[in-house]
Amino acid sequence: MVAFIIRRVLQGMMVMVVIALIGFAIKQSFGDPVREITGISVSAEEREALREELGLNDPFMVQFGRFLYNAAHGDLGQSFFYKKPAMEVILSKAPATLELVFCSAILIVLLSVPLGIYCAIRPKQLFAKFVMGASTVGVSIPVFLTAIMLIYIFSIELHWLPSFGRGETVNIGGWQTGLLTWDGIKHLIMPTVALSSIMLPLFIRLIRSEMMEVLQNEYIKYAWAKGLPPLRVWIVHAFRNTLLPVITVGGVQLGITIAFTILTETVFSWQGMGSMFIQAVERADSSLMVAYLVVVGFIFVVVNTVVDIIYGLVNPTVRITGRK
Amino acid sequence: MQPTRSRWRRFRESFFLHDFLHDRLALTSFIVLVILLVLGLGAPFFAPSNPYDPSTYDLLNAEQPPAFMENGQAQFPLGTDAQGRDMYSTMLYGMRVSLIIGFGAVLMQAFIGIVVGLISGYFGGRLDSALMRLADVQLSFSTYMVAIFISAIFQAAFGVAMYEKIAIPLLILVIGFAEWPQYARTVRASVLAEKKKEYVEAARVIGLSKRRIMFRHILPNTLSPVFVISTIQVANAIMSEAALSFVGLGMPVTMPSLGSLINVGFEYIFSGSWWITLFPGIVLVVLVLVINLLGDWLRDYLNPKLYKG
Repeated sequence: MVAFIIRRVLQGMMVMVVIALIGFAIKQSFGDPVREITGISVSAEEREALREELGLNDPFMVQFGRFLYNAAHGDLGQSFFYKKPAMEVILSKAPATLELVFCSAILIVLLSVPLGIYCAIRPKQLFAKFVMGASTVGVSIPVFLTAIMLIYIFSIELHWLPSFGRGETVNIGGWQTGLLTWDGIKHLIMPTVALSSIMLPLFIRLIRSEMMEVLQNEYIKYAWAKGLPPLRVWIVHAFRNTLLPVITVGGVQLGITIAFTILTETVFSWQGMGSMFIQAVERADSSLMVAYLVVVGFIFVVVNTVVDIIYGLVNPTVRITGRK
Repeated sequence: MQPTRSRWRRFRESFFLHDFLHDRLALTSFIVLVILLVLGLGAPFFAPSNPYDPSTYDLLNAEQPPAFMENGQAQFPLGTDAQGRDMYSTMLYGMRVSLIIGFGAVLMQAFIGIVVGLISGYFGGRLDSALMRLADVQLSFSTYMVAIFISAIFQAAFGVAMYEKIAIPLLILVIGFAEWPQYARTVRASVLAEKKKEYVEAARVIGLSKRRIMFRHILPNTLSPVFVISTIQVANAIMSEAALSFVGLGMPVTMPSLGSLINVGFEYIFSGSWWITLFPGIVLVVLVLVINLLGDWLRDYLNPKLYKG
C-alpha cells in the first residue's frame, strides 16, 4: 500500500514538473522582462548588465531549475497588469471560485443522489423517464447559455436576482466570503445553478447506471428473498456499493468543474480565478496566465492523486494491476 | 440465397435500416440533422443576405426585433443583430462555421487518436504505458481546459489580428489536439482485443510488415466503436468551439460562429434584445442534441464495448 501511494505521488509530481515546463516555456517565449522593467530609454549595455544580473543569460535548464525552485516556494513571478506577485493575485481571487465550486458540488450531490437512485429503482415510471430525457437535453445545453437564460429570466424580466458580481462580502482572516450575507448568497444562487447544470446530468446518469448494475447482483436477490424492507435493500445494500465508482468518477468530474468556472465566471462577472484568467489572456499578461496554469494544474493533480489513492484503499485490486 | 445481391439491396434489407426506421427518436433526429446540415453547409444558397459583406447591411437596421413582434420588419424574419445583419442569414453562416470546425476537429482528433491508439495497442510495453498515461493526464484536465489553454497560447503567439484571420484552421487544430485521447483509448482497447486473433497471427506469419498489419488488417476491425464516438465527438467539438468563441478565443465577430453570436448577443441582452442570443442558442442546442441522440442510438445498436473511463 505504501509503495502504491509513493508511486502515485511520484507520478503526480512528474506531471507537475511537466506542467511547470510547459508554463516556463510559454513564459520564455513571450515578453521580455528587461523591457518590462526598464522601458525604452536605457542603453544596450545597461540592459545587458541587467540581463546578466537577472540570470536571463543562463542556460535554459538552469533558468528552469530556478523557476521550479521559486514555484515550489510559492513565487510565480510578477503580474504585469496588477504589478503584484501573480500568486498574491490568484490567492485573492481563489475564495470566489472555491465557494462557487463548493456550493455547486453540494447542490449536485443533493440532487443527483436521490434522482439517480429513483431512476434506477423505478426506471419505467413517467417521472424517471422525464428525468432521463431532461438530462439528455441538459448535456446538450452549453453552460454559458444556461447562465444567459437565467440572467434573462431572473434578472432582466423578473428582477429577482442580481446578474453580476459577488455582492457584499465579509472578510474572515483574509478569506473574502459571500456566504455570510444575504446579499452575497443572492449573488451566488444563479452562478451555482448554472455551474451545476453541466455536471448534474452526468452524475444522475452515472448513479443510475451503476445502481442498476448493482441491483442485478445475486446478493440483492438474496436480500429480497430474506424479506428485508425495500428501503434497507436499496440504501444499505445497493447504494453503498454504487458509491465506489461514483466517488472515483465523481471526484475527477468535480475537479473538471474548475474548467467550467471559466465560462460561468465570465457570464456573471464573478471575480474569481476563471474570469481573471480570461482577462489575463486579453491583456497578454503572460506571467499571470502561467501562474494560473500552474495553480490549476496543481489542483487537478492533487484531486486526481487523492482520488486514486482513495480508490486504491477501498479496492485492493487496483494496487496490483494499475489504474482501473 | 442470392450471392449477387447488390450493396444497396443488402443495405435495404438490413436490420440496421429496419431498426433505424422504427426508432422514431433516431429518425426524427436524423431528419432534423439533415435539414440543419443542408441549411448550414448551403448557407450561401439559403441565406437572403451575405453577413460577410459589409456593403449588404446597414447599421441603421441594428437590433431590429423579429418579424412576428411589434415593430418587426418583414425583411428580417428573425430580427437583426447589433451591426444590422439579418439574424437568419448570419445564423446560417454561423452554423456553417460551427459545422466545418466540428467535423474538421473530429477528423483531426480521429487521425491523431487512431495513430496513437494503434501504435500504443500494437507495440505495447513502455511506449504504451507512456502514451496512455499522457492520455489519462490530458483527460483529467478536461478537454475544455486544454483547448482554452492552447488557444490562449496561440492567441498570445500570433497576436489577435492574425489569430482571427486564421481562426478556422487554428480552432480545428486546437480542438483536435485537445480531444484526441478519447480516440486513442477506444482504438487501443479494440486493438488489444484484435491483436490476439488468428488472422493477425496469420498475417504476421506470412511476413507482412507491421505497418501493413496495423493499418490494413487491424484498423478496419476497430472502426465500429470509432464511428460511435465520432458522432458524440462532433457534438463535443461543436460545444468546445462555442465555448472558446464565447470567451473570445474563437471566431471573430466579422465571421461569427454560433458561439460568437451568442457572445455578441449577451452584451445586448440587458437592453432587451434577447433574439440575438436566443436564436443562435436554440440552433446550437438543437444541433448538439440531435447529434447526441443519434450517437446514443448508434451506440445502443452497435453496442461495442467502449473503453470505460
